[in-house]
Amino acid sequence: MDALDNLGVWGSVLVALVWSALPVVFILLYALVTLYMEMKVAAHMQDRLAYMRTGWHGTLQPFADILKLLQKEDTISSAADKKLFILAPYVVFMGTYAAFSAIPFSSIYIGSNIDLGAFFVVAVSSLVVVGILMGGWASNNKWSIFGAMRSAAQMVSYEIPTALAILIAVMITGSLNLQEVTKFQEGGIHNWLIFGGPLPLTQKLLLIPFTLVTFLILFIASLAEVNRTPFDLPEAESELVQGFNTEYSGMRFAMFYLAEYANMFLVSGVAVALFLGGWSSPFGSFLSGPVWGLFWFIGKGMVLVFLQIWIRWTLPRLRVDQLMYTSWKVLTPFMFACIFGVGLILVL
Amino acid sequence: MIESKTLPTRYVTRPGEIKTSSGKTLRTDEMIINMGPQHPSTHGVLRLEIVVDGEIIVDVIPHIGYLHRCFEKHAEHMSNYQQVIPYADRMDYVAAMNMEHGYAVAVERMLKLEVPERVEYIRVIMAELQRIASHLIAVGTFGIDAGAFTPFLYAFHDREHILDLFEMTCGARLLYNYIWVGGLSHDLPEQFVDKCKEFCVYFKPRIKQFNDLLTYNEIFVKRCANVGVLPKDVAINYACSGPMLRASGVNWDLRRDDPYSIYNRFEWEPQVGKGEMGTVGDTWDRHIVRMREMEQSVKIIEQALEGIPAGNVQAAIPKKIRPEVGEIYARTETPRGELGYYVMSDGSASPFRVKARSPAFVNLSVLPEISRGGMLADLVLIAGSVDIVLGEVDR
Repeated sequence: MDALDNLGVWGSVLVALVWSALPVVFILLYALVTLYMEMKVAAHMQDRLAYMRTGWHGTLQPFADILKLLQKEDTISSAADKKLFILAPYVVFMGTYAAFSAIPFSSIYIGSNIDLGAFFVVAVSSLVVVGILMGGWASNNKWSIFGAMRSAAQMVSYEIPTALAILIAVMITGSLNLQEVTKFQEGGIHNWLIFGGPLPLTQKLLLIPFTLVTFLILFIASLAEVNRTPFDLPEAESELVQGFNTEYSGMRFAMFYLAEYANMFLVSGVAVALFLGGWSSPFGSFLSGPVWGLFWFIGKGMVLVFLQIWIRWTLPRLRVDQLMYTSWKVLTPFMFACIFGVGLILVL
Repeated sequence: MIESKTLPTRYVTRPGEIKTSSGKTLRTDEMIINMGPQHPSTHGVLRLEIVVDGEIIVDVIPHIGYLHRCFEKHAEHMSNYQQVIPYADRMDYVAAMNMEHGYAVAVERMLKLEVPERVEYIRVIMAELQRIASHLIAVGTFGIDAGAFTPFLYAFHDREHILDLFEMTCGARLLYNYIWVGGLSHDLPEQFVDKCKEFCVYFKPRIKQFNDLLTYNEIFVKRCANVGVLPKDVAINYACSGPMLRASGVNWDLRRDDPYSIYNRFEWEPQVGKGEMGTVGDTWDRHIVRMREMEQSVKIIEQALEGIPAGNVQAAIPKKIRPEVGEIYARTETPRGELGYYVMSDGSASPFRVKARSPAFVNLSVLPEISRGGMLADLVLIAGSVDIVLGEVDR
């Protein structure tokens, strides 16, 4: 960052703009790919082909979808609270986008290399709840408010196991900075935190059961945080029509959608950075470096995104009380046990 | 968000009064929401007026009639008994064969007409294929109600094979006008028997696959078991029939207990709910009863295919049927339960009165009874497990 000092005020503003625009570019490109991937994966799981006519195997379909959403009539129902209604999708997207600034995409690219990275991600992504509540309330629709209330309850409850799971990584690496956490895991697949990290062998072997469970819990909790099946209650189609975004149409609806997809990668990115070695190559120094780092990070993230899609098209949905039960009576106690166990092992 | 409309007395349970720490009372109120007629999980145009206390259901009031098409009045104005059949098709459009079958049985009993052997065999094959197709839609959409989308398409994939068989036979895929009074519109095409056998072989493992994917899924079982329990006596009091009744542990199937056609010649078992995952008569039982009935239907089809005799597919009846003055109530077992036709004749060529006792309509009436006290998500499942077809409820 020293080079920035020589650029003058406008120069550094420009650099900052470009620097911060990179995640947006990434989110947009990624959303296109994931949109396509989700439809294709879903279709092949269901004995279908999905899009076949727009471009080769329907590859142009996401563009067509976006064009359609752009030109769709944007309706706001007359009884809606207009200001909140208009603001809500942007608040939701903002929460997700802001969290992207602390995600280490590569050894040379991280939006903001802050020491409280992991904490920042957890805190900022909670803003999404505010946006969803705003949208649900402002729609003045009973189904929307149902969805919004469910969403708020769900995200708040599942943030606890998530935060506790992140705490495990922090305990082992001693840092909240996601870049530092990733560097800690460099050197190959055996150094990833999911396999105990680069610690002395006995400690590592003792840690493995705990870290595996922690990663699993983090993944489950993150599914709930992004409202994906089996935790998709806020937008449970068969129950709540479409949940909090029932009344939205056109580009505002697309913003919710974009935020949801971005959120999917965000939670995967956090899981990758904390437990799956982030941008570090699984083969030690082979195929490593900043550009390969980007490849590895996005690749690992996409694998987790694929898993989320896979689960979505396989499982039914939980009920509200079962959802709460899973969070408070299963995941949270397990996480406490893991924290206790990991703490004990690290002290010994 | 809360309706200011005063509630009819029958809704009023207990508007919960919550005391705050400072001694003030917070009045909480119930909310009335409308589910349908355009809601994704009401399986058509049913409107449910739901009184909820948070997510808990206080009362449900089904409103029907959005798909009323005057079946009974239409039937009276046909110039021939045969002309009613396409209207009967349109009552339960997912089980049209069974609807026709019931009507044909009723009119034939009025005429005291014996139809040829071959006709009876073909009718049974068609009715059972249709039962499978209908149950496939029932369990598939039930999966959607539970939040699982994929099983639905698996079910549709299999149903497609059955529709292909129907198309091959009579050219239609949904509304067939195939089973006529005194016979059938067409004989079976040559390859039908082989194709149908192929289907039976193909379909049996598919049932197992479907069960593995959905029925025994941990989450699905947790969602369905002990939800919407319909006790035996309530089921009987509400005159429920079909899988609804059998799931509550009543071993009652018209194909065996009030035999029509040639069902008494085949070996098969009516399936009853056993409460394997929870209580007898819960939504899971209703689901598994449908799954097992499909297996039984395959069994019946296989036997019928073996025994199918050669012969004519139309009994010798006059073009204009004129039954003697009189009336008859004939009932058959459709995928949804007891379908009864009450037909009255004044001796002319058009029926004086045709009243249909539609099973889904009767089964639907028990919905409020079994969904009170459950959660909103349960109601969706319960409504799905009743397996309503609004065309038949409203007629």
